[in-house]
Amino acid sequence: MSITEQIITILMVVLGTMVTRFLPFLAFPSGKPTPKYVRYLGKVLPAAVFGLLVVYCLKDVSLFAGSHGIPELISISVVILLHLWKRQMLLSIAGGTICYMLLVQLVF
Amino acid sequence: MKKEKSPVWRAAKAAFPHTIPIFASFWFLGLTYGIYMNVSGFSFLYPMLMSLTIFAGSIEFVTVNMLLGAFNPLQAFAMTLMINARHLFYGISMLDKFKGMGWKKFYLIFGMCDESFSINYTAEIPADVDRGWFMFFVTLFNHFYWFSGSTLGGIFGSLIHFNTEGLEFVMTAMFVVIFMEQWMKEKKHTSALFGLGLSLLCLTAFGAERFLIPAMAAILIALTLLRGIIEKGGERA
Repeated sequence: MSITEQIITILMVVLGTMVTRFLPFLAFPSGKPTPKYVRYLGKVLPAAVFGLLVVYCLKDVSLFAGSHGIPELISISVVILLHLWKRQMLLSIAGGTICYMLLVQLVF
Repeated sequence: MKKEKSPVWRAAKAAFPHTIPIFASFWFLGLTYGIYMNVSGFSFLYPMLMSLTIFAGSIEFVTVNMLLGAFNPLQAFAMTLMINARHLFYGISMLDKFKGMGWKKFYLIFGMCDESFSINYTAEIPADVDRGWFMFFVTLFNHFYWFSGSTLGGIFGSLIHFNTEGLEFVMTAMFVVIFMEQWMKEKKHTSALFGLGLSLLCLTAFGAERFLIPAMAAILIALTLLRGIIEKGGERA
């Protein structure tokens, strides 16, 4: 690939990313009332999307090979318990991550 | 006006703690990405400029492969739309929150990666902190972490020695916490449970590389069909 072709490829990726980010705001400008269905989606989608993102982070974990997802299961439990206990975002995240690092480096 | 009293400074100070987990994960991922480009034979200018202009993690890794392959701009565009289609959901959710943000709105939309969206959507912003500046700084800090990590990885490449196996879990932990925060805020959990369940179902059915689009479609269909029930139940996000 020449430099020009590389630049065009990168620009296409920039353009594609910007389309996905700007499209909703262009389709439903703030000056006009947003359709009720879209407002409804805006309210209920985030909860589902956060579920999707959790699954997305775990997509490469295999239950039938390697460590069978056990370090992930233990560390997520630690995150949940810490968060239910103290509800300190940074503590829950750091605790779960340190637990995971210890498990994959020392145990599994 | 004293510096401590300015609303801009206050918003930056309020925003920073929310971005600390992102700092850890973006430096780790950014360094990895920069090193990956370095060992693939690209100058550090590539990860530097790409992290600045694209600012969407997974597609940037894919772009490295595109740059190494045959020139196909249309395929690059289509691939980007598919991998990043989830941003459409973020935009729909942020329509109201970004209202009246003036010039900041452009940057907030430009920098709306998974992490910026998740924090800006769920963060409890104190009443005396300007919401626009808060979200602006969350986005700016995240952008800077990604940019600096990628650039450093590109410059130092394989010289860096890692003993950070497992650090990538910081991202999973963060989304688990954000999922829980959302869960604690809502009265009914229909949407959260469908999001989790349908994503798992599609992951099993379509595999790690192809499940994202079917999962999004399934979520959209389920939430559309359930609209009557959910709205009647008075679920609030």
